[in-house]
Amino acid sequence: MDLTPAPAPEAAPPLGLLAELTHRCPLHCGYCSNPLELIEREKELSTEQWTRVFTQARDIGVLQVHLSGGEPLARPDLPELVSHVSGLGAYVNLVTSGLGLTEARLADLADRGLDHVQLSVQGATAERADLLAGARAHHHKITAAALVRARGLPLTVNAVLHRGNHDQLAGLIELAEAMGADRLELANTQYYGWALRNRAALMPTPEQLAAAEPVVRAAIERLKGTMEIVYVLADYYEPYPKPCMHGWGALQLTVAPDGTVLPCPAASAITTLTLDNVKDTPLGDIWYKSGSFNAYRGEEWMPDLCRSCDRRALDHGGCRCQAFLLTGDAAATDPVCSKSDRRGVVDLLLATPGAAPPEMVMRGPRPVAAVHR
Amino acid sequence: MDRPVLGRGVRLIYDKTRQTHVVLHPEGVLVPNRTAVSVLELCDGVTTVPGIAEALGATYAGVREEEVGAVLTRLTENGVVRWT
Ligand SMILES: C[S@@+](CC[C@H](N)C(=O)[O-])C[C@H]1O[C@@H](n2cnc3c(N)ncnc32)[C@H](O)[C@@H]1O
Ligand code: SF4
Ligand code: SF4
Repeated sequence: MDLTPAPAPEAAPPLGLLAELTHRCPLHCGYCSNPLELIEREKELSTEQWTRVFTQARDIGVLQVHLSGGEPLARPDLPELVSHVSGLGAYVNLVTSGLGLTEARLADLADRGLDHVQLSVQGATAERADLLAGARAHHHKITAAALVRARGLPLTVNAVLHRGNHDQLAGLIELAEAMGADRLELANTQYYGWALRNRAALMPTPEQLAAAEPVVRAAIERLKGTMEIVYVLADYYEPYPKPCMHGWGALQLTVAPDGTVLPCPAASAITTLTLDNVKDTPLGDIWYKSGSFNAYRGEEWMPDLCRSCDRRALDHGGCRCQAFLLTGDAAATDPVCSKSDRRGVVDLLLATPGAAPPEMVMRGPRPVAAVHR
Repeated sequence: MDRPVLGRGVRLIYDKTRQTHVVLHPEGVLVPNRTAVSVLELCDGVTTVPGIAEALGATYAGVREEEVGAVLTRLTENGVVRWT
């Protein structure tokens, strides 16, 4: 053969690993970004397999490990995993709904080196939050936050915003303040997994987004030095796409509960992508050499529109999953971009939400329950 | 409030992959320069700014308290350092 594969684009070591320890979860958020095909318990990596993943991750340069899911507290071996990751010298972040966090459990995790907790909330009042979570969850979150605070660990509160809770924005900010959060992420829903399925019910109205802006701005000003607020824009409404993952295969990798390695947490949606598994291939080989990680790394893959655009270093051509989900081509310019000839797809979606949004399908093994608002 | 210490959830470690010190914090990773590393290593919540300047003076010639102060101001703005 006189043809050899093109050399892989230069890749830097990864900084972060998102470890989806399990897809099991006591909540049923209709906005959940987990895939519709949730991975069952029997297919989850074992404790030994996870520790091997973390060791390999640290060896190739991972410095931050986000233990997430599903609900990571549903894994009984979480303490062991925290010890292992912390022992490797990496930063350990627990991304949790707060359900299952007791004083004893938190004290144990903190003693084992847990560095930070990110706690999700669904609404500002228990009534709304529990409706959106499909479970009696809100009061557990208030307890969880108090435990984290009492233990002196840094706390980030994360609230996913959508049509069903935008009206509680000011209340969500007050809730995070009352919880003593160091940081609040107000993240408009990203449409992947269950959220994509529920997109029509979740999409905020232009009026809601317009009303949010001054509320967020005033809160950022008022809380400067006390609580940092990060507002993630509703991307369909923007003229340019988000800088998804800071570039494909650039900074972070995700390991799904069954060991599948993903360049982005939503990448299993790209059915044209062949994904590797840590059970078969070392993580370093997957990061540097795999087809999936090299597919959209750097700028070579870009369509001419992006390759000749000044913004390409800012947004990397947008989100590959979104390009695939909305145009069928993962290598297309993200159709959110106003320069894309497919922007019409997004505009059509924006024009669709009517006065009465459809029912939300709650997340679960069998999507049955629905929220009526 | 005159003794610097690493902020809540902030850690300074040496990364062998990148062969450099890194500051780990809830939002990400920062790469401090050599001066910042020397200063951060002395941010123990006990030593004062003049104390840090003096300790650094033992290793590096001509360290001025103002320089240490300036480094600490920047680190404070980044949330890496807080004061007790
Ligand atoms: C999938 S959850 C798993 C961890 C845990 N169950 C929780 O909810 O915190 C990880 C994080 O993503 C956020 N999240 C979930 N679905 C999202 C979506 N569609 N868009 C943006 N963020 C989302 C959650 O609020 C949480 O902070
Ligand atoms: S977003 Fe909700 S349903 Fe999804 S994993 Fe987190 S708590 Fe569970
Ligand atoms: S053309 Fe491509 S690089 Fe330019 S703004 Fe649009 S998505 Fe970004």
